Amino acid sequence: MNSFKRDKKEEEDGGSQFLNLEKTTVLQEARIFNETSVNPRKCTPVLTKLLYAINQGETLSAKEATDVFFAMTKLFQSKDAVLRRMVYLGIKELSSLADDVIIVTSSLTKDMTGKEDTYRAAAIRALCSITDATMLQAIERYMKQAIVDRNSAVSSAALVSSLHMSKLAPDVVKRWVNEAQEAVNSDNVMVQYHALGLLYHIRKSDRLAVTKLVARLTRMSLKSPYAVCMLIRITAKLLEEDDEAGGNDSPYFNFIEACLRHKSEMVVYEAAHAIVNLKRTTSRELVPALSVLQLFCGSAKATLRFAAVRTLNQVAISHPAAVTACNLDLENLITDSNRSIATLAITTLLKTGAESSVDRLMKQIATFVSEISDEFKVIVVQAIRALALKFPRKHGVLMNFLSAMLRDEGGLEYKASIADTIITIIEDNPEAKESGLAHLCEFIEDCEHVSLAVRILHLLGKEGPKTKQPSRYIRFIYNRVILECPSIRAAAVSAMAQFGASCPDLLENIQVLLARCQMDSDDEVRDRATYYSNILALQDKSLYNNYILDPLQISITALERSLKEYIQNPEEQPFDIKSVPLAAVPTPEEKEMKHKAEGMLVTQGGPVKPPPVSREENFAEKLSIIPGIQQLGPLFKSSDVVELTESETEYFVRCIKHCFNNHLVLQFDCLNTLSDQLLEQVRVQLEPSEGYRLLLDVPCPRLPYNESGSCYVVLQFPEDDLPNTVGTFGAVLKFVVKDCDPATGLPDTDEGYDDEYMLEDLEITLGDQIRRVTRANWAAAWEEAATEGYTEMEDTYSLSSMHTLEEAVQSIASFLGLQPAERTDRVPEGKTVHTLLLSGMFRGGADILVRAKLALTDGVTMQLTVRSPDPAIAELITSAVG
Amino acid sequence: MGVLFSYFKSLIGTREMRILILGLDGAGKTTILYRLQVGEVVTTIPTIGFNVEQVTYKNLKFQVWDLGGQTSIRPYWRCYYSNTDAIIYVVDSADKERIGISKDELVPMLREEELADAILVVLANKQDIPGCMSLKEVHQALGLDALKNRTFQIFKTSAIKGEGLDNAMEWLANALKNRK
Repeated sequence: MNSFKRDKKEEEDGGSQFLNLEKTTVLQEARIFNETSVNPRKCTPVLTKLLYAINQGETLSAKEATDVFFAMTKLFQSKDAVLRRMVYLGIKELSSLADDVIIVTSSLTKDMTGKEDTYRAAAIRALCSITDATMLQAIERYMKQAIVDRNSAVSSAALVSSLHMSKLAPDVVKRWVNEAQEAVNSDNVMVQYHALGLLYHIRKSDRLAVTKLVARLTRMSLKSPYAVCMLIRITAKLLEEDDEAGGNDSPYFNFIEACLRHKSEMVVYEAAHAIVNLKRTTSRELVPALSVLQLFCGSAKATLRFAAVRTLNQVAISHPAAVTACNLDLENLITDSNRSIATLAITTLLKTGAESSVDRLMKQIATFVSEISDEFKVIVVQAIRALALKFPRKHGVLMNFLSAMLRDEGGLEYKASIADTIITIIEDNPEAKESGLAHLCEFIEDCEHVSLAVRILHLLGKEGPKTKQPSRYIRFIYNRVILECPSIRAAAVSAMAQFGASCPDLLENIQVLLARCQMDSDDEVRDRATYYSNILALQDKSLYNNYILDPLQISITALERSLKEYIQNPEEQPFDIKSVPLAAVPTPEEKEMKHKAEGMLVTQGGPVKPPPVSREENFAEKLSIIPGIQQLGPLFKSSDVVELTESETEYFVRCIKHCFNNHLVLQFDCLNTLSDQLLEQVRVQLEPSEGYRLLLDVPCPRLPYNESGSCYVVLQFPEDDLPNTVGTFGAVLKFVVKDCDPATGLPDTDEGYDDEYMLEDLEITLGDQIRRVTRANWAAAWEEAATEGYTEMEDTYSLSSMHTLEEAVQSIASFLGLQPAERTDRVPEGKTVHTLLLSGMFRGGADILVRAKLALTDGVTMQLTVRSPDPAIAELITSAVG
Repeated sequence: MGVLFSYFKSLIGTREMRILILGLDGAGKTTILYRLQVGEVVTTIPTIGFNVEQVTYKNLKFQVWDLGGQTSIRPYWRCYYSNTDAIIYVVDSADKERIGISKDELVPMLREEELADAILVVLANKQDIPGCMSLKEVHQALGLDALKNRTFQIFKTSAIKGEGLDNAMEWLANALKNRK
């Protein structure tokens, strides 16, 4: 009764004993573990609290963890089953935090081999969490026994633990293959599945072994549906990898197809999923799989309907015709009471449907869009984006729909995906621009996500001035200045300045507004307003271009570093912003980087996202080991990696060309693939072309087998002789060889002999000396170049080897190392003329603007116009193309 | 008086005694533990960590901790010193080479404050092996003469044959009962 009252009281207090746990209190309480006689009824809750605290994110220091771990080991004296199982959990949680966890090895080994079945499986799992590669050998015998144990829980635990251990000690686990083999024959569905998982993991690097495994198991008819699903995945992977095994006749494919008639729905689905996802499935092979999915679409079980429609959704783009066959079933699912299924059905139909059905489907989806979760709303938005690109004429309907969605409640990710979609549509379809901007304007009137509002204001500043009636946007933007938080107000000020710079007739009004902003309570807003107001007052076009319309091109982190250096070593000269490296232009691959998880039992952690520093900054750090590198100034550009040997030769050499203002540093990454050789004093001897001066040679002192090292050569560019900067260098790898014992890697003698190895010629190109620069307003810069007295060079070329405009655009941009501006890298379909606009910067800081007018006749004819402040550079570019 | 005495006696009778079995690796600690617990010889492997079992001897309950004797595990012994009533220190009488190391482990251990009141039983084990050291030699080699203020006794045993353990336990039980 008493305790009941207390519980009740706790409930009223708004939570259990676990609420507001203090780490120190828990550790204090854990001292009762040390008492001579253990009281399980007291210790168990303390252990629970400890685990709870750790799982809530409390961090224990190594000492705290070790202390509490050793205290916990004393609980082994109790025979209480509940407490013992809590101790196992405790061991698993603390195994990575505490030191010397091997102390419980004997106790766990005893439990795993003991008579108490309730302990055994859990003890195996705990044991594997504390074991390292050397200790694993000591318990190897017990693991082998456990894998083939009659108790299925024990066997499964041993198999799964082995799988985890194989990351730590693959060689030891490999020896358990016979036991795993035996476990595959188990009658227990889980044991069979786990055994197959382990067996495949052990053998997966050996193709032949996997082939054999699959061949044997596909004939054996496994009992466990889980194991069959796994086998289907393995088989599908084999099919993907193996070009010759493809096609209808392959035993692999036959197996998967036969699984379509399996009695377990799980297996049937897995087989159908595998078939539709195979890259090379023909439409004939697809038919049985699709009919299965079609059948599932009409199933009474929601999970099956969901699985089927999700699979159809995923393959809608790759097999549109096949999915169309299921249209009728999908139509039925539109009204499914499970909104996730309905959403997937509609978006699938949208992906495959004709233009005529868009209106109807959009209306349908509007009826329940408020009922589905954000995650599915994002799927809907993505479908709409695909649709808008496919049917540009439908932008009105889609845009209205999107704006309605914008007005609904929703998280940042959802709203951001809508805004992204609208922005994509605006960029892709000029007709949709005005209405799209209008919707966005309306949205920011009531937008709770600061980051999104800032982005939209930025977009309005960029696109608004180019519309027919720029003035209408200013009201929306100025409203933000009155109503919002400082960061939005600052963005709004910047956006208004864009209008002032681009639309002369609005300038006066903008100045009035900016003057008001100078009274703002926030520093940043006032600063921006003052800055823009002063620039605009000067009425100088080139200032507008450089300081309002085009954002800062340089890398912010590099700017910070340069300024810090400048402050620490004061010089007479003022700080030159041109000395700061430019920001990296993100490549399309980086933008689209996606991670595909391996669908097997053990998934590797995803790749760590690289921090946002440019390649040049990374290299700059690496190059700092070269003596005197500071005198060369900042690193201007690092080229892509060039291979100077085939990849499977004795020595594998690759080169990266680092370009400085007046110098070129060549970095040679060498790999020694001979196990019986130790290389010393490795360097590359160059025969530079005329005009280059060799300044310094930094050899790599030691290059043992299978390790890579770098040596460097520092060159000075030919002075006042730009045409000669482009050239070809002969290269020879020179080194001292010491023969050594392949097993130990130690040299046999101290005496080595000189040797050399011919490398392929190294080319220094124009692109190595040019950095890409993104220009938001290329046309303005082009006009300005004319007024500023830039040299203009023009020439006409016939590019006979090119057959399409896309090809020509690609190769020109990459050859010159310039950045396409104003989206001119995309050639509209069916056009025969195209103008490519490029911009960049030559080493030393001279701007380069290039306009290439392309016409497709037999080959491609190009009229190339270059504008640059330095006549030599302009000439170099026109001559290099020819 | 009589009532009071039985009260104390029952108190001692119910409280579990905490005993540590220590000694170098391969001395026979785990074999002794299970000989005491189940009364037979079990096959053992080197103990990585510890074994803990409840042993009942003459109505007395012991909680016996057998700690691994490998060099790498010896540093952890100290984690288990607190509240210890007695130490059973096992010596391999046939291992003349390492008896010095055995002494070097024993002496600093006995200086530990947490073990100041613990009763010490030294077992000169493996007496069944011909040519092994005698009780006297072991006594000498461990420097037990220098021990003062410590209740202790040395016994010769053979855990494999089960000889001498009874004597030792008998003595230990009495010593624990008589302890104030």
